[in-house]
Amino acid sequence: MSYLGYPDFFEPYIRRVEETRPARMEKRKGAEEFPFMSLDERQEMLKYHPDYKEEGRREIRVGVSKSYRVAHEFVDLLEARSRVDPDKVDLSGADYEADVLIIGAGGAATIAALIAQENGGRVLMATKLRHGDANTMMAEGGIQAATKLEKDSPYYHYLDVMGGGHFKNDPDIVAAFVRQAPDALQWLESLGVMFSKLPDGRLDAMHGGGTCRKRMHYCADLSGMEIMRTVRDEARNRADIRVLEFSPAVELILNEHGQCAGALLYNMETEEYLVAKARAVILATGGAGRLHVQGFMTTNHYGATADGIVLGYRVGVPLAFMHTVQYHPTGVVFPEQIEGWLITERFRAEGADILNVQGEKFVNEREPRDVESARFIKECLDGKGVPTPTGKVGVWLDSPMLDILHGEGRVRTAFVGKWKVYDRLGIDISKAPMLVYPTLHYQNGGLKDNAECETAVPGLYVAGEVTGGLHGENRLMGNSLMDIVIFGRIAGRNAAVFAKERAKEGKLTLDHVKRYHKDLEEAGIRTDRVAPILLPDYTSPEVRERQLTRAVWGLRGSCSVYGADPPDE
Amino acid sequence: MSVKEKKRNPVETATNEQKQVAAGLISVYIMGKRYEVPEGFTIMKAMEYAGYKFIRGCGCRGGTCGACGTVYRKPGDYKIQVALACQKTVEPDMYIAQIPFFPANRASYEFSKLTSAPEEIFKLYPELFRCVACNACSKACPQGIEVMDAISALKRGDISEAARLSFECIQCGLCTSRCFGELAQYHMFQLARRIYGARVLPRAEHLTDMVKAVSEGRYEAILEKLKNTKEDELKKLYQEREMEPVSAGEDWKPKDGKSLWEAR
Repeated sequence: MSYLGYPDFFEPYIRRVEETRPARMEKRKGAEEFPFMSLDERQEMLKYHPDYKEEGRREIRVGVSKSYRVAHEFVDLLEARSRVDPDKVDLSGADYEADVLIIGAGGAATIAALIAQENGGRVLMATKLRHGDANTMMAEGGIQAATKLEKDSPYYHYLDVMGGGHFKNDPDIVAAFVRQAPDALQWLESLGVMFSKLPDGRLDAMHGGGTCRKRMHYCADLSGMEIMRTVRDEARNRADIRVLEFSPAVELILNEHGQCAGALLYNMETEEYLVAKARAVILATGGAGRLHVQGFMTTNHYGATADGIVLGYRVGVPLAFMHTVQYHPTGVVFPEQIEGWLITERFRAEGADILNVQGEKFVNEREPRDVESARFIKECLDGKGVPTPTGKVGVWLDSPMLDILHGEGRVRTAFVGKWKVYDRLGIDISKAPMLVYPTLHYQNGGLKDNAECETAVPGLYVAGEVTGGLHGENRLMGNSLMDIVIFGRIAGRNAAVFAKERAKEGKLTLDHVKRYHKDLEEAGIRTDRVAPILLPDYTSPEVRERQLTRAVWGLRGSCSVYGADPPDE
Repeated sequence: MSVKEKKRNPVETATNEQKQVAAGLISVYIMGKRYEVPEGFTIMKAMEYAGYKFIRGCGCRGGTCGACGTVYRKPGDYKIQVALACQKTVEPDMYIAQIPFFPANRASYEFSKLTSAPEEIFKLYPELFRCVACNACSKACPQGIEVMDAISALKRGDISEAARLSFECIQCGLCTSRCFGELAQYHMFQLARRIYGARVLPRAEHLTDMVKAVSEGRYEAILEKLKNTKEDELKKLYQEREMEPVSAGEDWKPKDGKSLWEAR
């Protein structure tokens, strides 16, 4: 038996939500807000955030950011060996050649490819999965840009970005970002991205957590998919953009002048390692949710395994803001089939309440993501979370309010992606609330760069989630899609110019990998671990036990949700 | 079992053992070979449970990337069905095979030279008219899109209708895999949506105004000042921001307009 599609177990809990709904609706209609926390209260609340758990991290013992404390899952990858013995790689010839080599094929990579090609570069993209298999495809909420002169400006966007990031963000990068956001949005419009618009062409816009003006533009609840498939389609039209799928980079290659001059690629199907030579390189490998930091479930793509961090760090690019990881406040806890699945912040932006087991509000729905997540975790630790029959705990997101607030059918039309998936599981989210809990969502930090996407290594550019600086210690909704567009474009242009004007011919080398191996030994790190891991391993532990000839640990992945540890530690 | 116990977060993904206790095991045939997998698992999780590690055929694991198209058949039924492996849960004795790649035809074009005339699509995809209206495409669509209706709209030259009907297309290609006329519906829809977005939907004029204001340098001075503002002062400005109410309409204007720039 079931109640509104949920097992009977939930009936008393859902009824409490229904009992408090009429009074809460009155407050919503009267524009009465649950009070926001002060900056001090936010700081206090963040003690409940997983980032602030000291036992969750440790110091890195090698490399340019030595002694920086980051999550164990990242340190494990940084304190690992190359997948190859650098002495065995033949660098005398090249299997592939290009002006600009782009590592990754998600949003930032594809946009960089378009602009590099427009600036005269012959582009090669190398990626571990298919073109477009990336977190961009999964971004739902929207894309931020100040576009309405009469009420918004880059000034307010700047303040919002800084406030969300705890005022630690790189000011140059943030200023470049807010200044270029409107132009980037118009570029997408010209490529044919189907933005949600009013009949006169004005862009629909709404709030996101931490915004003071409604500047979140969107394409229904499939914003990232719409942007990704459009730019991918455009890239497929251009003969000078070649894409190598299932061929991730496993090391960057330098030349004798210290410039980045290519990468070692791994054909995952034939298991060959191949040399790609280039005059400039862009790392746009995305994030790291599949490392399951602190055991959290994730919203991320199958390939989100921090490869770019490993590659960049080994050639000497420092890390920035890697001590923070973003937990999206609203991941599905139940039903189990879609556990970890992202529920877009737009539900809250449009006026759906967050409720505890008593059906009571306990937080404003539009706090920055880290504060919002920390508050949910606290409520559950205080025993006021909603239990599930699977032994988990969560809080309600009262989606049916949106049909009452904005008219019958709102949930079904504005959140069609979500509605359909729940509907397949027998739950109508315009009638029943959703049960949610924070889920691992975004890598706030990454490789350090500047507003021109330049790194410490000449000829190496970075863009998108793999970078650190723009979002400071916490990203706001809608700023990652804008991040990939703006900095994808900048990286593409600058890499093409570097390839044309500054790149020098010279002998290729992997000496930096040899040095890194030596550093590991000198730091007393003896390990069989290799990185990048390329893909997570979700094979069951029973099967692993029987895989007696399995390759060295790490070659088939590392961080399993089933909790297998590396054999040496 | 040698699985080491880790400190676990209360909502962490359950271990295999826990899931086995919660649900019984059922048999499925992965490419014809029998495996015992937990009931209630998706096809994707069941294959991983059985020992497969995906290189192809796995992507977002959330039903939006279209990487994991799968063909299956249930026992006692002649019917071949399709689904996404990350969305479809296993059923007893089902036969499963993935489609790792599908060589569908995609036309290449110079987008800036295309108009919104339907003939452009007819020229790029003449096979559009091979559609025999059998509706196998709509039945195959894991998104529940009325694929055949959208194709019919294209045949009539109604690009807008095709764009709107196909908006949720994840380009998994399952429609194409079942198509008698060998149409690559999802590539045609992609073109239709781009033409609709760029040539049919009215452009956002306020966006043009803002782009102009930025390029004229209207915000340079305040941005430069903000960049050099100390953290304490920045916090003050942040706290003082005037909040646009959630319920505000398009005509809302802030009381304090000093950091805005009006074009008119």
